[in-house]
Amino acid sequence: MKVDLKQVEEACKELYIRALKLLPPDIKQGFERLDRNETDATGKAILGTMIRNIRVAEDTNNLLCQDTGIPIYNISIGAGVEVDGYQLKQAIVRGCERATREHPLRSSVVHPTTRKNEHTSCGRAVPVINIDFVPDAGVLSIEMIPKGSGSENNSWLKMAVPADGIDAIKTFVIDCVLDAGGKTCPPTIVGVGVGGTADLCVHLSKVAATRPLGTHCDDPEGAKLEAELSSAVNQLGVGPQGLGGDSTSFAVHVETAATHITMNPVAVNMQCHSARRARATFTAQGLTYGF
Amino acid sequence: MAHYDFNMPISEAEARALRVNDTVTLNGTLFGIRDATYIHMFDRGRKTRFDMSGHAVIHTAPNVKWVGETKATPSGYAPVCVGTTTSDRMERFTRQLMSEYGVRIVIGKGGLREGSLSAFKDLGGVYLAVVGGAAALETTWVEQIEDVDLDDLNPESLWKFRVKGFGPLLVSMDSHGGSLHTQVNQLARGKRAAALAALGVKT
Repeated sequence: MKVDLKQVEEACKELYIRALKLLPPDIKQGFERLDRNETDATGKAILGTMIRNIRVAEDTNNLLCQDTGIPIYNISIGAGVEVDGYQLKQAIVRGCERATREHPLRSSVVHPTTRKNEHTSCGRAVPVINIDFVPDAGVLSIEMIPKGSGSENNSWLKMAVPADGIDAIKTFVIDCVLDAGGKTCPPTIVGVGVGGTADLCVHLSKVAATRPLGTHCDDPEGAKLEAELSSAVNQLGVGPQGLGGDSTSFAVHVETAATHITMNPVAVNMQCHSARRARATFTAQGLTYGF
Repeated sequence: MAHYDFNMPISEAEARALRVNDTVTLNGTLFGIRDATYIHMFDRGRKTRFDMSGHAVIHTAPNVKWVGETKATPSGYAPVCVGTTTSDRMERFTRQLMSEYGVRIVIGKGGLREGSLSAFKDLGGVYLAVVGGAAALETTWVEQIEDVDLDDLNPESLWKFRVKGFGPLLVSMDSHGGSLHTQVNQLARGKRAAALAALGVKT
């Protein structure tokens, strides 16, 4: 399959806007589950407002949250897909800029020291573009994630040592959830990276935080940690918006990678309750949008 | 737990009457302020022409659309999506905002810290928690962007909104030393040992 870059540019524009307006079905179901089980009156009222907001955004064709985030585009290139990699990256940037100008959206992206805003949602190395190669024949998939700063500002890395064992990982996750309190806009998805190098560990925590609810780590050891930690963080009583309740997190997600004999790294990245993402899939049959 | 409907601005006595767990709905003027606005006003000595005495500020940088100045859009901007950001980053500015400009109400998400709590006590003010990430709903409470100052900082300008039925918002920090954020945080930290034990962590 040969990729039409004009279509990619249009899709990258459309994806940013769709992600900001439509919450994926797995997150909506996650809200229903938390709402059913919440026993705290304040927590229940806050969840009710969040659920109402999802409907208002759809009814008024508006953004779910004012934070347009840092734009992230995750590209999966399947077998036999023909595309010029550099031109693909340029098309993504153009789509992101056009969404910002044409909708218009608040550009939340500035130079890190001058704080200058180009009002395009783009800048040095932003949008973040991750490219992966996958076996799916003839499929190009683009996932767009507007990552909000309330949750992103609460990101942690600890280079624990082997002697600290898995207890260090578990303790670190609990302490991060306590430190975050209401700042990350709970209920959150707590993403945990375990292993790898420092940068890979942090990247895995982001992959985990942005994975659909109901999916599990494909490493059985990671999946076991997910189940244990998901139950433990919801015993803390932080609750929706950090104002108390049972619904601190939708889930804890874990991603693992092999690491060095001397290392035991753990990273935590959180996704807020506005856990937004959108996906465009290109095949020989055409382009489809989903989550 | 009482509910209050305010037409802004309010008096010190009205601010001091509020207690944690009360709810408030605002009508009239509401100012939008954010990291860069604070930094320019209090670290770089810039002044605003707005009179914020007795008023409320919300921690926000809205999505807006330039439509030109008309009777319906006197600032030239129409609101697209107005929400709330995490307040904690702006903790160190609360006292100055209150003492220099007479602000009585800070609206945000996630709460503020001890320094702000003592400023609320000393100067007569409160923090109202809005539900973060519920911006589509919040936008329906905003009638108009009446005016804007320090707009070179856009989107972190100082915004003057006109709001109707903005709430109900929860009083989560009051002028009597009460803070729901501190209460919940202490309760949660008290459950840390049990959570770690459930995970089989040896302590």
